[in-house]
Amino acid sequence: MNYFWDLFLGGITRGSIYALIALGYTMVYGILELINFAHGEIYMIGAFTALIAASLLTMQGLSGPAVLVLATVVAVLYAAAYGFTVEKIAYKPLRQAPRLSPLISAIGMSIFLQNYVMLAQTSDFLPFPNLLQNVELPAFLNTWIAPAEFMIILTAASLMLGLTLILKFTKMGKAMRAVAQDRTMAMLLGVNVNRIISRTFIVGSVLAAIGGVLIASHVGRINFYIGFGAGIKAFTAAVLGGIGSIPGAMLGGLVLGLTESFATGYISSDYENVFAFALLILILILKPEGILGRSSQQKV
Amino acid sequence: MLKLIDVQTCYGNIRSLKGVSLTVAEGEIVSLIGANGAGKTTTLMSISGIVAASSGQIIFNQQRIERTDPDKIVAAGISQVPEGRRIFPGMSVLENLEMGAFLREDSRKTREDMEYVFDLFPILNKRRHQAGGTLSGGEQQMLAISRALMARPKLLLLDEPSLGLSPLLTNQIFEMIKKINTEQHMTIFLVEQNAYMALKLSHRGYVMENGSIILEGKAAALLTDSNVKKAYLGI
Repeated sequence: MNYFWDLFLGGITRGSIYALIALGYTMVYGILELINFAHGEIYMIGAFTALIAASLLTMQGLSGPAVLVLATVVAVLYAAAYGFTVEKIAYKPLRQAPRLSPLISAIGMSIFLQNYVMLAQTSDFLPFPNLLQNVELPAFLNTWIAPAEFMIILTAASLMLGLTLILKFTKMGKAMRAVAQDRTMAMLLGVNVNRIISRTFIVGSVLAAIGGVLIASHVGRINFYIGFGAGIKAFTAAVLGGIGSIPGAMLGGLVLGLTESFATGYISSDYENVFAFALLILILILKPEGILGRSSQQKV
Repeated sequence: MLKLIDVQTCYGNIRSLKGVSLTVAEGEIVSLIGANGAGKTTTLMSISGIVAASSGQIIFNQQRIERTDPDKIVAAGISQVPEGRRIFPGMSVLENLEMGAFLREDSRKTREDMEYVFDLFPILNKRRHQAGGTLSGGEQQMLAISRALMARPKLLLLDEPSLGLSPLLTNQIFEMIKKINTEQHMTIFLVEQNAYMALKLSHRGYVMENGSIILEGKAAALLTDSNVKKAYLGI
């Protein structure tokens, strides 16, 4: 039972990170019908920025939660700037181009950002300070869950709740949904579509950066390549849940995380990816639009 | 209020507007009639800034707007109810109306306007929490018109409001258009294939063929014009 619980928590932890990154994929797809392959790199840049910020802050004599919070803030700002810029450079000029062009541009952006970080930093793994360990949990929680896992799940859940509320109730959220459902109509009502697209990239980047900080301090090391693996997994989660669907990305992340965790725990860690992608294939055969996805017949 | 001078618009290599000139004065209902593919929708989309006019001038209240972004055009006071209504299917009736008021900051007046459209179309009030995609065609048309009114435009562009509606519903919608014109002093530019209904409602009319205006005049005169009768009224 205990072993099961550990695997379950591990799966939820991993899954909530996948979900955070998957939201960026699904929101951009919902609005532009573009798979932003550079999104994983934003997550990686978030982790690197946090590492640099945390090192600097520690040198200044700060410690504990202050480092965690400040490093996260710096990472979020930096990643948001990157997400915003990537859209302006790599996608906006191709808005009217055939659909394959922005896709190729996205892959190019991803390769560029990986190599840029490799050259600017290093190709080796760098140790990442375990910022989450310092958190003290109340005793009754401590027996059930490790502080790092608790922090990750709590942060991810709050962010997802926040995003849901923003989309449901704020003017910007409604405009985002309107642009996703009918871009021309949104323009006819006075929505500045370019601004909404920029904000979508910024929101996605913020979520990815926070995901990057959380997982990096949980795993304890990073390199320039972590964005690729996490990006592929999060993209899988988004497709699994139904690309374009916000709750789908959240659910897809958790399902994928749990599947990997249980496959690793009960069978072998060698089969982690086998099960992850077998699940994807299975879902795509049984329900091609994803678990919560709508079939794409909206546009008449 | 609105003036188009020799407007040309191209889709790729195809010139779909070949020099359109027309005017709409304040308080008028003006209709643009013509067959499918004549360029009526392109005319409206050029006014709204969705497709860029390649040459010519579009003047709204003494301002050139042919190079203006669509959101600025809405802010200037032009709202469009596009062909096929384009209700946001996944948003509720209320949210669709709120999107209509997207650029407005005066929340109290916005609420008054919402009461006004609920007065015009009480069925929308009944369906306020229902998703837009689940409404019937007539209800969607009412919602589309209401959504455009929520922006409090000075000029309302209507593209084929009768499309796909029963004669009874068409009558009802056209009566409401008349009512909005007289009660709110709303200037209306109407594009229709249903030439008879449109001209009956309008003060003036333009007839479009292959991207050019071929005839214009008082609506009553157009209704009795022998060419119009033969080509568009089927008499």
